[in-house]
Amino acid sequence: MRRGLLFTKTFFPVFLLLLALLVLGAIASLLFGARSLSVQEVLGGLFGAGEGLYEASVVQKRVVRTVFALCCGAALGIAGVLMQAVTRNPLADPAILGVNNGAAFFVVCGIAFFQMNTAREYIWFALAGAFVTAVFVLGIGSMGRGGASPLKLVLAGAATSAALSSLVTAVLIPRLNAMDEFRFWQAGSVGAGTWDSFWLLLPFLIVGVIAAVISAPAMNALALGDETATGLGVKTAFMRYVAALAGVILCGAVTAVAGPIGFVGLLSVHVIRALLGPDVRVLVPMSALAGAVILTVSDVVGRLIGRPGELEVGVLTAFIGAPLLIILALKAKVRAV
Amino acid sequence: MELVRRVRMRHRNRWAIMTASLAVVAAALCCAMLMLGNTIYPVRDVAAALLGEEVKGATFAVRTIRLPRMLAGLFAGFAFGVSGYVFQTMLRNPLANPNVIGITAGSSAAAVFCIVVLQAGKSVTSTAAVIAGLLTVLVIYGLARGRTFSIGRMILVGIGIQAMCNSAITYLLLIAREYNLPAAVRWLTGSLNGIRMEELSWLIASVLVFTPVIVFLSRPLQVLELGEQAAVSLGVRTDRTRVALAIGAVVLSAVATAVTGPIAAVAFLAGPIAVRLAGTARANVIPAGLVGAALVLAADLTGQFAFPVKFPVGILTGIIGAPYLLYLIVRMNRKGEL
Repeated sequence: MRRGLLFTKTFFPVFLLLLALLVLGAIASLLFGARSLSVQEVLGGLFGAGEGLYEASVVQKRVVRTVFALCCGAALGIAGVLMQAVTRNPLADPAILGVNNGAAFFVVCGIAFFQMNTAREYIWFALAGAFVTAVFVLGIGSMGRGGASPLKLVLAGAATSAALSSLVTAVLIPRLNAMDEFRFWQAGSVGAGTWDSFWLLLPFLIVGVIAAVISAPAMNALALGDETATGLGVKTAFMRYVAALAGVILCGAVTAVAGPIGFVGLLSVHVIRALLGPDVRVLVPMSALAGAVILTVSDVVGRLIGRPGELEVGVLTAFIGAPLLIILALKAKVRAV
Repeated sequence: MELVRRVRMRHRNRWAIMTASLAVVAAALCCAMLMLGNTIYPVRDVAAALLGEEVKGATFAVRTIRLPRMLAGLFAGFAFGVSGYVFQTMLRNPLANPNVIGITAGSSAAAVFCIVVLQAGKSVTSTAAVIAGLLTVLVIYGLARGRTFSIGRMILVGIGIQAMCNSAITYLLLIAREYNLPAAVRWLTGSLNGIRMEELSWLIASVLVFTPVIVFLSRPLQVLELGEQAAVSLGVRTDRTRVALAIGAVVLSAVATAVTGPIAAVAFLAGPIAVRLAGTARANVIPAGLVGAALVLAADLTGQFAFPVKFPVGILTGIIGAPYLLYLIVRMNRKGEL
């Protein structure tokens, strides 16, 4: 394909705008919180002129948290692109497909039955849970005539989520210590991020991004339909597995370290697609950027409106993302049931 | 002609017998709710305590703890069952029910807001839950109508509304500084724990008022099941009937939600079970209500006594209900109805 197609006229303005928002969001994330800091205090904490030890440690914590939010947001943004491309479905999102709850259920089982208590231990459980749930929901959603329609997928996802969240509570109620652990994991969201969990997330992030970049051109061809794609020389089945696996790895790993965060992928993909068109090669990096912006800003807002505690970022993204789901539902061609 | 009449008689007999048996089952479960607990009291003690005699120990346990719990389960289950059946029949789709299309989530959010933020009393809370339920229906219906009304779109919109309401509930529980698990469990899945007698008056009154209204409208409801055109040509005022039924069903589910929280899947399971048991000779409003009540009571008894720890009722009904929902999706997929 020609380069002119890849970079439309709006590409650079949008890119710069997102970059600016990203920087502003990161700065806000350093400044605001249960106790807001001044610019001097933040600079002092960052560059070691820390006369006030307390401020310095607060800044350190917020730096980790900000980096963490940026990475998780980017991963979710890419996962959203991949899932939507693979299922050819505008409503595919880890939260809507129940993948988050699948990961959560496996993590809970790990905590309750295998005495796990660090992210390093249960990240594999979260990945397995995400994978099993994704396969299950996609399987049920694509049965019958017409393959995976938006309505089928969303319904299968909602039913699976409901079952899994009941099971999560059922496993937790008899185990008070597991419940504490789990609530920390579930409520901690990006605030629980440490450098440790960041290093844990990073390899998965890298693998996911590489797989996304490799499969992006094939996803463009897939959008034309399986037969056309095969005609263009794309190994459809193989590329689809690569992309689906990358999507599941990205959102499973984020869920393992940050708890269930929904709707970020859905939001970022749709914003970027509306602005820049459906080219997956553009969508992957730009949606990553948009996801990072959305998650970081939501995290800051959650800290501000939840003061003196904080509102989990997943709650906030669900509140912002659900109206988009409604708008998409109104646009989608849903057959009368 | 003779044959037709005989078949119809047989169907009606079956309906009457099944309804009566469901009532017996529900009544037996009610008795079990009163008798079982940390101490098991014999029927005589329970009866004496209910009639106002002082029986050592039994009077307190039965009248202040077990009776409100039993009544809440009975009436909330009945209300959820009836309202689920009405929606399912009216929209001719087993997936359409107050839980799936987000009405109970709307009522829950309003109830939580009244209780934890305004610290309002029971009547304000119930009224707010009803108004929020009706508003949710209006919003969902308005949004889903578009150019052509589609239940699929209505369900998608409802799932979106539900996600928003649930995050609003989490936020309200957080700022109320009462974010403890019992409260969260009640408002996100439904539970009968710690319900007091004075909380029940609105629920009982609405069930007693609205059930006869819905039963009265249930003949037109059966005709609606045949489809819009058939109903119109048989002389049913479809719009008016539909609005009246929707209001009745929303009031029932909202008032019940204000007391117990949204007990998962009862509204969704009761209708199909009732139809399977009692057949379609008559509208199954009462059987659906009885099935709903029996489900809630049985799930609550199981949750209280079958395991070493006590589970809230909504967890159990959620675990029972979700596989059925999945089965239904698979079956509708096969038939190409989805």
